[in-house]
Amino acid sequence: MSSIQLAKADASVLGRREQILNGLSRALRSNAVICDEAGLRAFETDALTAYRSMPLAVVLPRTTAEVSRIVKFCSENNVKVVARGAGTSLSGGALPAGDAVVIGLSRMNRVLDVNFLDRTATVEAGITNLGISSAVAHGRFFYAPDPSSQLACTIGGNIAMNSGGAHCLKYGVTANNVLKVKMVLMNGEVAELGGDYLDPQGYDLLGLAVGSEGQFGIVTEVTVRILRQPEGVRPMLIGFPSTESAGACVASIIADGLIPVAIEFMDKPAIHVCENFAKAGYPMDVEAMLIVEVEGSESEIEDQIGRITEIASRFDPKTLRVSQSEQEAAAIWKGRKSAFGAIGRISDYYCMDGVIPLGKLAEVLKQVQEVGEKYKLRVANIFHAGDGNLHPLILYNANDEREKATAEECGAELLKLCVDAGGCLTGEHGVGIEKRDLMGYQYSEADLLQQMRVKAAFDPQWLLNFGKVFPLDLQNRFAAEAAKNHG
Amino acid sequence: MADIFMPSDEAELAGFVEAAKAGNYPLEVCGFRSKREAGRPVNPAAVVSTAKLSGITFYEPGELVISAKAGTPLHEVEAALARKNQELPFEPADLSRIYGTDPLAASLGSVAAMNISGPRRILRGAARDYLLGIRAINGEGSAIKSGGRVMKNVTGVDLVKGLCGSWGTLAVLTELTLKVLPKAQEARTIFFLGLSDEAGVGVMSEAMGTPYEVSGTIHLHGSLVSRLNDAEITQTNAPVTALRLEGDPQSVVYRMEKLRRELAPFGDTYDLDHQRSLSFWGDIRSLTFLSANFGRPLWRITVAPSKAAQIVRALSAFFDLSAAYEWSGGLIWLETPSSSEASVTELRRVLAEFEADSMLMRAPRSVRSSIEVFHPLPLTKMKLVQAIKKAFDPAGVLNPGRMYAGV
Repeated sequence: MSSIQLAKADASVLGRREQILNGLSRALRSNAVICDEAGLRAFETDALTAYRSMPLAVVLPRTTAEVSRIVKFCSENNVKVVARGAGTSLSGGALPAGDAVVIGLSRMNRVLDVNFLDRTATVEAGITNLGISSAVAHGRFFYAPDPSSQLACTIGGNIAMNSGGAHCLKYGVTANNVLKVKMVLMNGEVAELGGDYLDPQGYDLLGLAVGSEGQFGIVTEVTVRILRQPEGVRPMLIGFPSTESAGACVASIIADGLIPVAIEFMDKPAIHVCENFAKAGYPMDVEAMLIVEVEGSESEIEDQIGRITEIASRFDPKTLRVSQSEQEAAAIWKGRKSAFGAIGRISDYYCMDGVIPLGKLAEVLKQVQEVGEKYKLRVANIFHAGDGNLHPLILYNANDEREKATAEECGAELLKLCVDAGGCLTGEHGVGIEKRDLMGYQYSEADLLQQMRVKAAFDPQWLLNFGKVFPLDLQNRFAAEAAKNHG
Repeated sequence: MADIFMPSDEAELAGFVEAAKAGNYPLEVCGFRSKREAGRPVNPAAVVSTAKLSGITFYEPGELVISAKAGTPLHEVEAALARKNQELPFEPADLSRIYGTDPLAASLGSVAAMNISGPRRILRGAARDYLLGIRAINGEGSAIKSGGRVMKNVTGVDLVKGLCGSWGTLAVLTELTLKVLPKAQEARTIFFLGLSDEAGVGVMSEAMGTPYEVSGTIHLHGSLVSRLNDAEITQTNAPVTALRLEGDPQSVVYRMEKLRRELAPFGDTYDLDHQRSLSFWGDIRSLTFLSANFGRPLWRITVAPSKAAQIVRALSAFFDLSAAYEWSGGLIWLETPSSSEASVTELRRVLAEFEADSMLMRAPRSVRSSIEVFHPLPLTKMKLVQAIKKAFDPAGVLNPGRMYAGV
């Protein structure tokens, strides 16, 4: 698939490759620079696998000081930089470029401090999301945002994308759970954004940096808030005769003032694939299913389940099953969390991430189906329904160039549908290269220019993760101006 | 005094800012001026107010979302939410007492511009966490928007966070969209009397580390307790450490019992029922425990809770002070007798040892002109702040110097 134009590699940089590799080696220990073809191949793509591009080099630093030396060298030599955690971006956020050095943070994965009294954990950026929860589990604490890729994805990547997850309905996304980051700026200086605790006064540089998709600086250390585990949690499954009734049920639960920890939605195609994969006991005879999870004490759980059951009963549910054991709960979530992988086993897919107002859920789901039919493509829906974050998965054959192009067109139409409904292009996967050219649909040029000027305040040379997030023509304009100013 | 210009729509406001930029004259940006004595004084050529950009523009209780223009009085927004049994989850603190202004004069815009949160912040998050979307006029006079009305949005740079807490120095906010939550049916309070600061912070941290969703914590020095309205509590004149639980009545009672049992080692506990809890936390939210004397300097300090009591102890060596600890100790309100330059330098020197962030919330104008009101920034960060200011307001016409000299 190649309908998204990648930024053109700078020939003058490619011509200096040897000199650049030497400079990188001086900034690091030599075995931390990867420059052979086989080694680089492992980094040529992320989880948006339809796009590939070999990097100029990959470096794997172990310390903030090393990162600082690398970026300073790159800045002085006008070399672009792409930061990479685990490479799980679904939007091409970690896609390398031929004239860019990839800085992989995977070796910086230590837990630096856990403080249960202050309820904070300080970690290096390359630790996995789940690694943080594991590091604090012995005190019965956890780190709340839980993207489906939490086993692999890094906290640094989560910060770049402001990642969400199923349990964000109650606990918020990454931005709501991070207190401080150590960020290496392109001039090699190290800035601490945020503070040891809540809401220091002054510009919210941390808030700007979270979700900046690796375009502001390289985060090397992170202090997150950790939360005490609830007394108990219990998921329930509710099956519906139509996607519309499931959507309407979600809106009613929220409108009724209930905030479960998670409300996950799956339609029939998704249920079947996930059930075959995870054997979670999902109902196979329904058109749509919700996983609703509640937490608290035994009586609080029972009370909430009672209220949700009452609300669901208004929407003609075909099945309603409350998990009876920890194993059953784990199986229910295993099916959900492995959904993308399970679908990947039966077909190539293109995963969308639009968000819509809750009240439009039923209506938009119907339109999603219609758009799929129009393009003659199958669309499976698995998503975080409680906050209106849709994930239509467009199934297609990656070996069929025409079908790939059609899938992308279909995806763009679905995202425009979300914007038209009062929502946005992306709720947690980020813009990356994937939605870059749709930004003008959601934002005016004045909006985009303002965002880009903020980006330039952090990275005046436009060297960080170039070619992502903003329309390419606007980026080229900014970069040309930057080149003029920096000589 | 400069005239106050009150545009009646975004376009008029944009034109006014554009003219200021073209004429290169500084503007004071305000709503109803209820927090005018906060921050560094601005010497404006003209004043622009959002007072006439007023009214709720969208409210969908079923989606937990409300939008209102920046000049909408906060109490109007809260009243509309209350009619649907909802509320602003971050419970914005009422600063009218400390600035001697009308409590009804706070605008929604000022809450966003200063990122003002109250007691419930510790559990539910800050104003910045509930702000979903913003419309604003930047220093170029361009209308910009960021975010929207949906709960999750990572589309591009999060200018909402950038503008929240920027004190009108980056853009003039014109419209805000917020996530709201259902109002709790029941509130109850457990409190301790006579605890030391260390024990008080210990109780709060311990409580926040339980699964019982404590939604407000405060430890007050005895000297501050007499200003509260609860007669029984004020009579004690002893330090008070209070914890709030909110939710469905049954669940609140259950969690009260659990919490009381877990905190038993800290001493005897007392309860406040629903009505008294509402009144007590209303006092905390409106900072009733702080002096209304405008001449009395007031500091807002944020720090890791485990260092909070140590800081206050260290400062006690130099000052005769009173302290209130909110947010499980992470937010300290400090009343000091003097705000001379020397005392400020001394105070900041001590704070630096604890990596605390400090802001001089209240002091006479002359003091706020001569010293840093906001916590002094390391050079690397100051350069970022200056670059951000330039990115929004290249000519420096919006509230120049309100936060930092030259910004």
